[in-house]
Formats: sequence, C-alpha cells, structure tokens
Amino acid sequence: MKKEAFKTLRAFLVELVIYAVLVVGYFFLVLHFLGEGLQRIAQDHRYTYAGLAILLMIGQAVLLQYVTTFLLRLIRGRTE
Amino acid sequence: MFFPISGAHISPIYLAVIGFLIGILGGFFGVGGSFIAGPALRIVGLDWNFAVGTDLAHIVGKSVVAVRQHRAFGNVDLKLGLVMAVGTIGGAEVGAQLIQMLKRAGNVNLVVSIVSIVVYLSISTFMIWESRKSLAAKIPAPVSKGGAKQDHSAFRPVTRAIQRLKLAPMVKLPASGVTISLWVILAVAFVGGLFSGFLGGGAGYIRMPSMVYVLGIPTHLAVGTDLFEIIISASYGTFTHAVKGNVDILIALVMHTGAAIGAQIGAIATQYFAGPKIRLLFVPLPLIGAAIVIYTLMTGHKL
Repeated sequence: MKKEAFKTLRAFLVELVIYAVLVVGYFFLVLHFLGEGLQRIAQDHRYTYAGLAILLMIGQAVLLQYVTTFLLRLIRGRTE
Repeated sequence: MFFPISGAHISPIYLAVIGFLIGILGGFFGVGGSFIAGPALRIVGLDWNFAVGTDLAHIVGKSVVAVRQHRAFGNVDLKLGLVMAVGTIGGAEVGAQLIQMLKRAGNVNLVVSIVSIVVYLSISTFMIWESRKSLAAKIPAPVSKGGAKQDHSAFRPVTRAIQRLKLAPMVKLPASGVTISLWVILAVAFVGGLFSGFLGGGAGYIRMPSMVYVLGIPTHLAVGTDLFEIIISASYGTFTHAVKGNVDILIALVMHTGAAIGAQIGAIATQYFAGPKIRLLFVPLPLIGAAIVIYTLMTGHKL
C-alpha cells in the first residue's frame, strides 16, 4: 500500500515538473501570439471579445486536462 | 510580465501558483475561490474591476476541469445543476440591484460588510456543529434505492421535512437519489445567486452547504454539481464583465494553467474523504472570507 502511494506521488511529482516546463513555454506563446490581437478585439469589439474569452477559457481547460491525463498515464506506464 | 489588456505587470509564476492553490480548493470543496483570488490579484496591483472580472473567467476554466473529473466519479447531477442555474442567475440580478440601491443610499460598504461577516460566521458555526455531530454519531451512510451516493447528516430530520413538502411540480433527481419540489431548488439557487450578486464571487460557500442541508444532496454530489452550476453562472458573469471591459483574459489563461492541475488534485482527493469530513474541512473557508472583510472594515484598505 505504502509502495503504491509512493509510486503515485513520484509519478505526480514528475508530471508536475514536465507540466511546469510546458506551461512556461505556453505563457510566452499565449502572450506573444494572442496578446496584441486580443487587446485590439477587447477595445473595438466588446461582445466578440466576451464570447471569445469564454471559448478560450473552456478550450484551454479541455486541452490542459487532456495534457495532464496523458502525462500522468505516460509517467505511470513507465514507472510500473 | 506585461499584460496589455489591463496594463498590469504581474509574474506569471505567481499567477499559476495562486491558480494552483485555488484549483485545489475548488476541486475539493466545490467553491470558486474568489475570496482568495480577488485579494491575491489586488495585492499585485490589478484594479478592483479587473480582479473581479478576470477571477470569474478563470473560475470558468477551473470548474470545467473539476467537473469533468467529478463527472468521471459520478459526482455531478446535471439535471439539478441546470435547474439551479436558472435560480442563481435570477438571484444574482436581484443581488446586483440591491447593491445599486445601497449605493444610492450611500451605505453600501458597511451593510455588505456586516451582512457578509454574519453570513460567513453563521455558516462556519453551523457546519462545525453539524459535521462534528455527524462524525461523532458514526452512523453508516444510508443506502439509496437508485444506487446514488449518500452520507449521514445530523441535520437530516429537517432535510427530510423539506423533502416531504409536496409543492408541485416535484422534481425527481435519480443521480442524487432525491425527489423534491422545484420551488425549493429554485429558492436555494436564488438565495445563492442573491449572495453572489450582493457579496461578489460565486457564493459556493453558501450554495454547497445549502445543497447538502436543505436539498439533502450527498456531499460529494453537492461539490460536483455546485461546480457544474458555477460553470454556467461564472460564464454569464464573465460575459457581462467582459462587455464592460473588466476581464483580462490573458491573466485568466495564465492563472488557469495552475488551476487546471490543482482542480484535478482537489477532485481526486474528495474520493478519500467521507461527506462529514469534507464539510468539517470546509469550515475555514467562510472564516477566511470573514477575516478579509473584518480587515477591510477596520483598516479601510480593500484587499
């Protein structure tokens, strides 16, 4: 039982490190490519911006969940 | 890092860490966590209007992740969530109107602060009493015929009496193992929405306990369903705030990178705790909210 918990914790920590690296890359990608365009839309087309904001948020949520699930499965597969 | 929409300079690591912590709380307790996110964004210099709107946008993303995880565990009652969303939006609008009335009367800050302190302290006191009594009783959780998850509550006799109110139309909720009047569900949702509009945030600290104690929804399902309902109400809030220019979606997206993983951890963690234990662990959240309001009231400095 303890061994299993240790394995899960180790897999989770490895996942967290890989995820952190991916996320740092993503920060720059998001801000670099979306920053200016979104700022323009936010200033000129408020309703489009509002809809886009919700879509981006939900899209990122689904995407990141797939990434984290995939990472955890990959790491667990390797450690077992 | 510079965020052009709000014109703020904030460290993305700070945002991700805050998102991570709020994600864990949200996934575990079914709350939006705005009582922490709002002050956390204010501390780094984000204007109050942007802090509120951006926090709502980030709550949408975090709740999507947590709901998907809770749904995999069978912890989401979609029918209940959809019905509640109607009452919540109505209540939020009335709450916002109340704020406008108080603004005109010139005493909005004092009234909202006192009401919120009383509400927060009452919830915490009641939940300490109830969850400790439930844990001490060591009564096994009742088994529902439909196979829905159930847990013991010391407040169950009152909940049963509410469920017996035959106020048509009655709504059958097979996922929660409950049949209850539509008006009771709408009333609970309306009160949650009212506090959300009046005090700000998603008001999960009121809705989650109300779902357990008034509607008789098992704690795990109340957490998952509350999060589902938060997706709808927070999306609505995000849209209206974004139209008013109060949302920096770039900040919300960065915050959400931390929240995405935190929300999953929180949701998974609920599987290792019994309902009364989750409710007892919930107690500090409204107390933190009360402490923030008392601090604001005493110093005049809004966090």
